[in-house]
Parts: sequence; structure tokens; C-alpha cells
Amino acid sequence: MSKQAKKPKKELTIEQKINRRNFISFASFTVLAGGAYGGWRWLYKSPEEVAGGITGGTRKPLRKALNKTELFFRRVFSDNHLVKTYPKELAVKGARVNSDIGLEAKKKFDPATWKLQVVKKGGEVLQVSLQEIMALPKTEIVYDFKCVEGWDEIQHWAGVKFIDFIKHFKLDEYIKMEYLGMETPDKAYYVGLDMPSAIHPQTLLAYEMSGKPLQLQHGAPLRLIIPVKYGIKNLKRIGTITFSNTRPRDYWAEEGYDYYSGL
Amino acid sequence: MKTIKEKHSLAMRWCHWVNFPILTIMIWSGMLIYWGNDTYTFSLFGHTFFRFFPDWFYSALKIPAHLAEGMAFHFLFMWFFTLNGVLYVLYTIISGEWRELVPKRNSFKEAWLVLLHDLHIRKMAPPQKKYNAAQRIAYTAIIIMGIGSVVTGLAIYKPVQFYYLTWLCGGYHFARIIHFILTLGYVFFFVIHIVQVILAGWKNFSSVISGFEVVNEPAKPAIQHTNDEQAS
Repeated sequence: MSKQAKKPKKELTIEQKINRRNFISFASFTVLAGGAYGGWRWLYKSPEEVAGGITGGTRKPLRKALNKTELFFRRVFSDNHLVKTYPKELAVKGARVNSDIGLEAKKKFDPATWKLQVVKKGGEVLQVSLQEIMALPKTEIVYDFKCVEGWDEIQHWAGVKFIDFIKHFKLDEYIKMEYLGMETPDKAYYVGLDMPSAIHPQTLLAYEMSGKPLQLQHGAPLRLIIPVKYGIKNLKRIGTITFSNTRPRDYWAEEGYDYYSGL
Repeated sequence: MKTIKEKHSLAMRWCHWVNFPILTIMIWSGMLIYWGNDTYTFSLFGHTFFRFFPDWFYSALKIPAHLAEGMAFHFLFMWFFTLNGVLYVLYTIISGEWRELVPKRNSFKEAWLVLLHDLHIRKMAPPQKKYNAAQRIAYTAIIIMGIGSVVTGLAIYKPVQFYYLTWLCGGYHFARIIHFILTLGYVFFFVIHIVQVILAGWKNFSSVISGFEVVNEPAKPAIQHTNDEQAS
């Protein structure tokens, strides 16, 4: 009894309790829903990245998120995680041609006079002919090539392992850098690759497809086959290779796609 | 006399309402991605009944040619979707609320009776606690579907680094098909869920925001209460 006397306020009636809890919960719900809607409008209306950067074509906060997500998934990347390979019989005869950006040069491209240009420190350029590349140990791979659009195809490629190429031409110091850039001779198509993906044991500089010399529309004389990336990174007709500690320019990253695009 | 009957915990309400917009964004951005290679059809005995998706559907929702945008949204909101799901599952296990949720041995038999009742074929519904047998099955299935979406999603997203998940899902193609079918499942769930919520009425709906329901219970004689106190 004395306890009750100390209480100045009357105990709420059941009706008051109901009203009070309803008010609090519905008011909170409305505020949170409004906040969520506001947050969505902010994200949806947020400005695109400034043109002319290494990446472009997407909203700034989304690009930030893509880059953060890349850092997370780089942690699980391992040379021991290999892309699944298949018997040759399962490979398609002629691989799908999805793009010819970088292959449509105005002046005629002559594969016979082509040389791979590896840009070294101080602007020194290592020139490598196709014959020199073909003299290196040949590696074949039959795997499921995956396009960012969602289709995939089992294809058969052959060439030199990129890491073998590096070792043979004593470019070891360059793979200590963080990125590798590749461009077509006409500079119309270009990709940037993180070094761990580039030196993955299944990354090839390919000169054969389906057991035959590479055709022009597939990237002759030499193209990149990098199974740990989507097709957009598998540059055809390699002109130059560069090394850097900052991201090299990348064609599709400028168009709103993830720079990493790793599988 | 009116009394307050606690129904839904704050954690359950939070996860439910956070999930709703996130799942909507995931389905929308997923369609932007699917458009890039929209090969799925519904076919039986060589006859195609439906193509996912018809042109009118694409243009009505402004889906075509937003692949990069779809991927950017999908790969941001996947984190929130997963996190919210993990929170809900952990909470449900730790709090013991799973007992109200997971189907019991007789739930599958009972769910049939619930269905007959809801379709006005049978008059009596089986007795229930918080959720009836059909709800137990549906609400547990939707959680398993959510886990399925995360697993198949990872299997498509990183098929090399998470090759074992891709293998577990029956390969890249099959993982993508399951991922797609699960999404159709959410839409189906949503339609049934909305109809049921409308039929159940305002009191039921409001409890998912407020957490409680008001029930009318016959007033207990006050004297009994006093007696109890004296006895103790």
C-alpha cells in the first residue's frame, strides 16, 4: 500500500497502454519508412562519376561499393582456385564472337609485321614476335568462358602461360607491381588487371583456338585468355602491355562495369 | 476486458520490414541483369507457353540495356539482404522463436486442412498457436529460399573462387536457373502473402508493426488475484 502512495502518477489504463504503444510503433514505422525512401531517392539520384576518370558510367556511391566489394573478394582469391576444365570434345567448334572493338582499325592490320610491345621502366620497349612466343612451352585449356551478359561457352584455347612468358623474358620485377594494362594496337580497346589475376596459373597469351591458329575476329595474332575474369577482360589482338601501381584504363569500367569483374 | 497479447518480437518486425524493400531492389536489379541473356522459357512437350520476359513487360518496367546499373545495385544490396537474413536466423534460433515457426511432424497434414478451410471448402481450421501449419511451412520455406538465393548467387557470382558452391548447386547453368526460379518463388509468395494479409484484416496487419494484438478476454474476478498474493 505504501508503495502505491509514493507513485504520483496513476497506472495507465489498458486503453491508454494500447494507444501509447500503437502511437510509438506506427510513428517509428512511418519515420523509418520515410527515411528508407529518402535514402533510396538519394542513392538513385546520386551523381555519376566524373567523366574522364579510370572508372565511369555509374553512380558515385555504387562505384564506391563496387570497389569495397572488390577488396573483400580479393581476400578469397587464390592461385589454388582453378577454373573447372573439360575434355576437348565438349568444346564448341567456333567460339561466339561478341565484340570487335579494337579490331576495326582504319588502316589494315597486318599480323605478319605485328610485334608484342612490353613497356618497361624508363620507356624501354621489349618487342616480342609471335615466333618467339610460340617457341615457349604451349599450354592448352578447355574451360567455360563466361560473359558478363550471362552466357557462357566451353571453349578450347592454347598459348603460353602468362607467368611463363614473364619468367622467360625476365620480367619478374614487373609483376611485383599491382596492375597490368593491355591495349589493342589501335588503342580502341583496353583492359586493366590486378596482378594476382594476371599471373594466375590459367592465364594465357593465346594464339590458337579449337586447335587451329587464331583467326582475326578472335584476336589474332595474340589475345588474352584470363579464365578468372569475365569475357570483357579477355582482350583480343594485344598491342602493348604495361605495368603500374595504379589502375590502368579499362574500357568497360568506363562504361559503368565493375573494374575487378573477377570470377 | 481488453488485454494486450504480445505477438511479434521487435527483431522479427525489424527484419521483416527491412527485407521487403531490399528484396524488391534485388528482384528489380536482378531483372536488369537477367535481360543481358534472357534465355528462359516455360515449355512443355516442345511447346513454349511463356518467355521470360515478354517485350511489353520489359518496356513497362524500363528494363532493357541497364546491365551495368543492375549489377552495381545487385552487388551492393546483396550485402544488406544477406546480413538481414543472417540476423533474423540467428535471432530466431537464439530466442527460441523457431519453435513457433518450424513445421512440426503433423504440419504437412494439417496444412492441407488449413488450405481447405481458407478456400471455404472446410468449416473448421485446425487449432494453432502463433502460426498455423500452412504458415509454418511457408515462413520456413521462405527462409530456406533466402539461403538458397545467397548460395546460388555466390555460385554464379564467383564460380572460380567458390567452385565448391557452384559444384554444390549442380554447375553454373543450374545455379543460375535455381537463382531465377527462387525469384519467381518470391513473387508467388508475395502475391499469396498479400491476399492472406488482406483477408486476415487490419488487426493482424497492425501487429506486424506494433508487435501486439488486442484480445477481449472475460474479466477475471479481482478477488482471486488478492487471494493469490496473500497465499504467497
